[in-house]
Amino acid sequence: MPEFHLLPAAAAVSANGYDWLWWYEVAISVIMTALIFAAVFFFAIKYRRRSETEIPRPIEGSRLLEIGWSVIPFLVMLTFFFWGAALYFHNQDAPKDAMNIYVVAKQWMWKVQYPNGVREINELHVPVGRAVKLTMASEDVIHSFFVPAFRLKRDVVPGRYNDMWFTATKPGRYHLFCAEYCGTEHSGMIGWVTVMEKKDFENWLTSGGGEGSMASQGQKIFQQLGCSTCHLFDEQGRCPNLKGMYGSRVLLSDGRTVIADEAYIRESILDPNAKIVAGFQKDVMPTFQGLLSEEEILEVTEYIKSLSNTRSGMFTSEQTGPTAGGGRGGSIANAGQGSLDTRGTSMTNQPPRPEANAQAQDANQGQPVAPKPVAPKAATPGGKQ
Amino acid sequence: MSSTATVERTDAPISYLNATTGWKSWLFTTDHKRIALLYLISITFFFGLGGIFATMMRLELATPQGDLFTSDTYNKLFTMHGVVMIFFFLIPSIPATLGNFLIPMMVGARDLAFPKINLLSWYLYVFGGIFALTAIVMGGVDTGWTFYTPYSSTYSNTFVVPTLVGVFIAGFSSILTGLNFIVTVHKMRAPGMTWGRLPLFVWSMYATSLIQVLGTPVVAITLALVALERIFHVGIFDPAIGGDPILFQHMFWFYSHPAVYIMILPGMGVISEVVACFSRKRPFGYSFIAGSSLAIAVLGFLVWGHHMFVTGQSMYASMVFSLLSFLVAVPSAIKVFNWTATMYKGSVAYNTPMLYAFGFIGLFTIGGLTGLMLATLALDIHVTDTYFVVAHFHYVMVGGMVFAYLGGLHFWWPKITGRMYPEAWARFAALVTFVGFNLTFGPQFLLGYLGMPRRYHAYAPEFQPLNVLSSAGASILAVGYAIPFIYFLWSLKYGEIAGNNPWGAKGLEWETTSPPPTFNFDHTPIVTEPAYEYSKEPEVEVG
Repeated sequence: MPEFHLLPAAAAVSANGYDWLWWYEVAISVIMTALIFAAVFFFAIKYRRRSETEIPRPIEGSRLLEIGWSVIPFLVMLTFFFWGAALYFHNQDAPKDAMNIYVVAKQWMWKVQYPNGVREINELHVPVGRAVKLTMASEDVIHSFFVPAFRLKRDVVPGRYNDMWFTATKPGRYHLFCAEYCGTEHSGMIGWVTVMEKKDFENWLTSGGGEGSMASQGQKIFQQLGCSTCHLFDEQGRCPNLKGMYGSRVLLSDGRTVIADEAYIRESILDPNAKIVAGFQKDVMPTFQGLLSEEEILEVTEYIKSLSNTRSGMFTSEQTGPTAGGGRGGSIANAGQGSLDTRGTSMTNQPPRPEANAQAQDANQGQPVAPKPVAPKAATPGGKQ
Repeated sequence: MSSTATVERTDAPISYLNATTGWKSWLFTTDHKRIALLYLISITFFFGLGGIFATMMRLELATPQGDLFTSDTYNKLFTMHGVVMIFFFLIPSIPATLGNFLIPMMVGARDLAFPKINLLSWYLYVFGGIFALTAIVMGGVDTGWTFYTPYSSTYSNTFVVPTLVGVFIAGFSSILTGLNFIVTVHKMRAPGMTWGRLPLFVWSMYATSLIQVLGTPVVAITLALVALERIFHVGIFDPAIGGDPILFQHMFWFYSHPAVYIMILPGMGVISEVVACFSRKRPFGYSFIAGSSLAIAVLGFLVWGHHMFVTGQSMYASMVFSLLSFLVAVPSAIKVFNWTATMYKGSVAYNTPMLYAFGFIGLFTIGGLTGLMLATLALDIHVTDTYFVVAHFHYVMVGGMVFAYLGGLHFWWPKITGRMYPEAWARFAALVTFVGFNLTFGPQFLLGYLGMPRRYHAYAPEFQPLNVLSSAGASILAVGYAIPFIYFLWSLKYGEIAGNNPWGAKGLEWETTSPPPTFNFDHTPIVTEPAYEYSKEPEVEVG
């Protein structure tokens, strides 16, 4: 006989806040329902028809009552609104020190990858007491990452990254469901989230992984696809220097600025002309749409991020011109030539689209006029929405 | 129910039912009352079909394993249940049957403004239905009634396009019905029938019609774009070819949230009539009930984004949609309070229509309050796309709309057929329906809070006890639906003769004979008093 619960497990900070608001609204709803039922029953019995000829006195209505039962319920609803909005806002942006984990959804599985290269399928291991941020992409249709014990859910939408974050509070194994209908085996697209004590988690994390970190996988792809022939680590390349770019504010050729985050990197790989860095030309870089799986894009992203983690060679805040020489650029040269085909489950199942490479190679207009790839005020990532 | 009440057909007075005979006189009729009956038969067929799909789903869900059907079959079952129930039952239900039958009579007109367009709309509905049925017979469709992209436009291998075409065509039937009602209410009112004297059912149908005319074209365009992408690979929604899947959700819900009000507003109109009649009182706050219908129609267009809190839409947009969703709850609450207050110091009779009205008030309250939980940003995150949402909208759509539809059908059955239904059986059926309904959908609130996602063919074993309760409730609910189906048919021949006004109700439709003559009134009525003057002797002059 299956175990029977009336309440779901609560295993994250988000679940505690959620449940308080939940019981508040349940209580008010139960009281309101009871009042309406009581009024209906009371009136129906007290004023039941006693003779077929009785004619009750007409009552036109009451403006005061109408205003009262419009305004008072709305004021109560406003408490729902503000409390709910406050919690929602709190759950939006992950803290800066959150641990990053990548999730790629496809029909019908969840693929999880840690920055150090550990991979899992339909399993997610997280430590207790530490903020975890999931950056999520879909290979095909819309899925939704749902962990009832955390009271959290986020759609995983093809063509963009959605992220969610949480801090687990209780070790254990909790359901992971796909909550957005995604085809035949939708109800089989399920798994487990394992919350572990910090120490156990560290052990678990370091014991896994065999193919090198995500960044090193990304570096291999970066070499293999020839990205490094234009994205040089000095200012001589035909494309922007990526060192130190992640998280910085980038000035675009049309005068706008963007924060170079995961979404911007992804867009620049798949649609390079969408946001050209100031001082560079359009149509130099071909699109990699269809050539890279979401996982490979994430690996390249992780690699580009790693270029900013090394302090040397970053743009410092006061520099206005290009940095001369590229700090540790030399270390890239000895990157391995690993084959894309050997990397386990990460393969894309879409056929490559050869025409994507052909365009754009002829549009070489020479050196950028004013090489100013990164705007000076690079120190505060995420400062503006 | 006495058998002496049956009379020979030849003695029956001339009415819209027997004025002309032969199948052509029905299939080419322009009489709004006959068209209402054509609709009644068609939507009952689709209701039965949708009910069969639901029964099969509840059978499958009695056990956690997906053992009765394959996953593909199950996915088709919930899709076709949704498509059939929403587009071919709920949306046309009250407007196309009771609305069609009653609006001309309630405003004192001979027919709708455009009788031929009215017939056209039924044919469009039938053609749309044939496309949908063809898709079902060919093998079905598995996208969910929401047709979310890029699954529907690229990935599904089922008969998406025929289904889309069916819904597209049926949409035009809905637009034309709405248009006809709007023009009728504006231009065909009898002398003295001012806006302030219109029955509340007409007010709610007027608000519904506005949504039908303004909203339906948007969903038609959206579904056409899905078909365009599916057939010609034009990149609109699929990101692999340059589209945006979230765009689809904006366009779809821009119609489909107001469509929820297309489904519930007519029910609210029925309840206003029934509560007034069986309390023998003018509805408490007539102008507030009328105005709240219009407020719902307007505000309903501004809340579509509350379906998309977890898609990654801007949190500021989500905040605005959340606030507006609370705002749209206010006019609904006004109605509930006013219906309840109408009974105060009234003369309350417990006839079957009133029992359904009691059920409606209670169940719609629960549906509405759980809607507030879903409008609360943080709470929606956990329970959206779970059985909580399924339970919520069934409380509104079945506990609300279907109860109102059944209540309205019982209320006006004497007018439509000239015969009474058997009161004792009908009360019993109303009770069975109420119990079965709550047992079916009540446990689903708990399932959703526990975290069981909707549209799951197989589920985790700990969800089984509540699912068994729900399936058991569904079997009781099915009985509750079957009983009226049988006694309504029975009453056509054996029901007591109703008389013109068996309930002592107010309203022009009760002034004419039952069943009414083809042109409703012998002379155009002249209205000299407000609606619902239950305290006075009838003063409507027929002159």
